[in-house]
Amino acid sequence: LILPLVLPAVTAALLLVTAKSRRLQQLLATGGATALLLVSVALLVSVRRKGIVAAQMGAWPAPFGITLVADLFSAVMVLLSAILALAVVVYSFASIDERRQRARYYALVFVLWMGVDGAFLAGDIFNLYVWFEVMLISSFVLVALGGERLQLEGAVKYVAINVLASALLLIAIGLLYARAGTLNMADLAVKLDSAQNGGGSAALVALFLIAFGIKAAVFPLFSWLPASYPHPPAAVTALFSGLLTKVGVYAIFRLFTLVFVGWMGSFRWILLLLAAATMVTGVLGALAQSELRRLLSFHIVSQIGYPLMGLALFTRSALAGAIFFLVHVVLAKAALILVGGVTERIAGTDALARLGGFAQKEPTLAGLFLVPALALAGLPPLSGFFGKLALIRAGLAERQFAIVAVALGVSVLTLFSMVKIWTKAFWAPSSPGDRRVLSKRDRATLLLPIGSLAALTVLLGLWAGSGLALANDAAGQLLERSHYVREVLK
Amino acid sequence: MSGWIAIVTGLLVGAAVYELLGRSLVRLAVGVVLLGHVSNLVLFAAEGVTRGGPPIVPIGRTMPPAAVADPLPQALILTAIVINFGLTAFMLVLAHRTHQAVGTDDLDRMRASDG
Repeated sequence: LILPLVLPAVTAALLLVTAKSRRLQQLLATGGATALLLVSVALLVSVRRKGIVAAQMGAWPAPFGITLVADLFSAVMVLLSAILALAVVVYSFASIDERRQRARYYALVFVLWMGVDGAFLAGDIFNLYVWFEVMLISSFVLVALGGERLQLEGAVKYVAINVLASALLLIAIGLLYARAGTLNMADLAVKLDSAQNGGGSAALVALFLIAFGIKAAVFPLFSWLPASYPHPPAAVTALFSGLLTKVGVYAIFRLFTLVFVGWMGSFRWILLLLAAATMVTGVLGALAQSELRRLLSFHIVSQIGYPLMGLALFTRSALAGAIFFLVHVVLAKAALILVGGVTERIAGTDALARLGGFAQKEPTLAGLFLVPALALAGLPPLSGFFGKLALIRAGLAERQFAIVAVALGVSVLTLFSMVKIWTKAFWAPSSPGDRRVLSKRDRATLLLPIGSLAALTVLLGLWAGSGLALANDAAGQLLERSHYVREVLK
Repeated sequence: MSGWIAIVTGLLVGAAVYELLGRSLVRLAVGVVLLGHVSNLVLFAAEGVTRGGPPIVPIGRTMPPAAVADPLPQALILTAIVINFGLTAFMLVLAHRTHQAVGTDDLDRMRASDG
């Protein structure tokens, strides 16, 4: 269970000392990422077979020591981050410039990865905070690395808001400790259930929601995202979009399904409202953009609303839909951003008006754009359709018609903005301006990871039945808290 | 004692918010540092403040004497201080580099990265 944390740490250390040789770096990064992917698959298989796994660090018994826990939801997220990170590492070989690679870019990616895995596996809230910090500090460096003007401006906003969120989180943790006398999440679940605390706790829950809401880019706390995400290299943006905000979403899920279940009743309408507002503002913001990467950044915000909607509905099928949707959106969104990186590399710009002609000149690339774009918009038989279908059916079953209407409307608008990219960047006659030509080798290293991500969204759609079954089991574990508590505190 | 900590914390929050709302990069950094102190103080006050009761188990016994300070928040604060220190250092360097690259430290003039 600690392998997903030890492996990236070791790989990052090796990468730090071998920064001289580019070949060696790439070899190490690929090797480390592949090994991590295998470990993550093994973790998911063993959790699926044996149920929730918990490990006590240093053999201190549970509420006192540091606990690592993996249930199906965390195992799925760990595997997902491994798939994405491997794709991004390979994509980076051809897309990250020499200077950034020499500045130990790969080591940073692995430290980030370690933080993400740690956050998914942490069994107590303070450790969750520490892993968040590990993840954030490496993301700070990644976002600023390169030192271009726009990048630095975005980085200032990104760093400031995230440090603020961390301070709020720490304050919330202090108040929670004062109230419950423990920070182990399983222990908290037991203690908060037995003592029906009134009054101050609602503010506490809200404080946690705000802190993680900032990190997950939930309305109205999202404006840092479109300001900072478009400016670093596409590989970095893809990594962030797939990992960082999703860890925020994961933390909200974990807290509301495990610790604050008693507050779900009174926070339900807030979560529904936030979900709807996040979807709508995100997609409307995207429609107004004329630059490919900024447009996609707004879509990241918009898609955060769907899993939140699943959480707010709080039924087994809704949570299952939300988990399935998270998997789908990470894969599809990363593929889109990476395609955006390739078009920008060829055309030298990401302004939609100056792209064009890619459908003729780069038919493979166009195909690789079309698959995740349609998946994102939710067309059958691709993965997004089944995720949204599950969420919407759960919404209808709960008779929350307003949120269902919003979700459907946002889907249409998503499709519309994907069509906009398609017509302008791919179908439109190619606009004047010199195009750079990719070498055969570069083309292969760039298109291979995109192709695999796109293929995964197709496979996820074709085997949606077993995917949803897995998500359903994971949702069942989230709702059946006693298993989790028993495994941790035994 | 807890009352004093509460008052100091309140003052610090006020100062931090005031600094954060300023337009200059340096004031942003100062505000973040102050807010870091606030969170440390909150953690410190979380379990109540006990004076002169080190949580040490005397030789030959298995339980510490009554009324000792809770060591856990202190351990948490130690971790938080280290993290805050790193973040502060990074923020200052970032502020310096941004000032060099953009040529201003006025956040209101950093609009190019917004939509």
